[in-house]
Amino acid sequence: MCEDCGCGDNELVPVHIHERILSDNDHRAEHLREHFSEASVLAINLMGSPGSGKTAVLEATARVADGMRIGAVSGDLATDNDAQRLRRAGILAASITTGNACHLDAKMVHDALHHMPWRELDLFVIENVGNLVCPAIYDLGQDANVVALSITEGEDKPLKYPTMFMRADLVLLTKVDLVPHLDVDLDAIVANLAQVMPEPRVIMVSAKTGLGITEWLSWLLARRMAMGRAA
Amino acid sequence: MHEYSIVSSLLERVHREAARHPGAVVRTLHIRIGELAGVEVGLLRTAFETCRVRTECETTELVIDRIAARWHCPKCGAAIAPPVRCLDCHSAARLAAGDEIMLDRIELEVPDV
Repeated sequence: MCEDCGCGDNELVPVHIHERILSDNDHRAEHLREHFSEASVLAINLMGSPGSGKTAVLEATARVADGMRIGAVSGDLATDNDAQRLRRAGILAASITTGNACHLDAKMVHDALHHMPWRELDLFVIENVGNLVCPAIYDLGQDANVVALSITEGEDKPLKYPTMFMRADLVLLTKVDLVPHLDVDLDAIVANLAQVMPEPRVIMVSAKTGLGITEWLSWLLARRMAMGRAA
Repeated sequence: MHEYSIVSSLLERVHREAARHPGAVVRTLHIRIGELAGVEVGLLRTAFETCRVRTECETTELVIDRIAARWHCPKCGAAIAPPVRCLDCHSAARLAAGDEIMLDRIELEVPDV
């Protein structure tokens, strides 16, 4: 550096970016969304804790699907168990083994679709990794976010994980067949959901007895119809 | 632990920008993280310390601006406090702020020529 005039001094240059850090993921997700929309495939991002009953709800859905062509990808840290269960239930299913990743991102879903005749589907469910935090942040090109919350998880979960529940278009309150055996306040769960969800929509289901599953199927069909109208 | 994947996206973005300014040193990164973004700032810093080794950001200062959650009415724009309905028109509130995971600014120290 020159002591006379300061020439050679390094200059600090601010570069304004104002961009979402996950913008690459957002672009990929938007690309997926366009594909789903063109092919009239309803894509659902199904999230929830480990053991909340995501896979069981899909199995029960397949039992009453009545000709609806269902496909799914299951995010799993280490096993292929969920996809195997779904295949046995008649769902076209593939696994995304995430290793240590706690969520699915749009690239993983995109890569999985390459190995699947997804255009022939009516409903494509992305069964996310069991986790109430990370999956909420990654757009996967879905039409709707659905969260499975089992009644055994405790009434305050919506308040503890508002980021997940505020983005949910629908909450499936699962395992309601267990109500007689538990000391659980369903109204409190619904009231807590209403505190964090801008437009609270809850369906109580039991994969075991089939309760609520046709209502859930109707919700899916209405969502798919609305998609057709928008296209 | 998605903080690691966020940091790796951040470092990639900075790498792209730094490549356009040969010889520049990345001094500071200004990012914005919303209260309801689902990002743990402590973990994000740990992830940054871990992942920045052998990148342009080895000596970079990470400045994190925390953004409080704000809700507003999608119709009239009025601010709404949770529970989340507009008092006037009863519309469901939209999150107006608080879900940011944003890279705002990179400060580069560019050699004077």
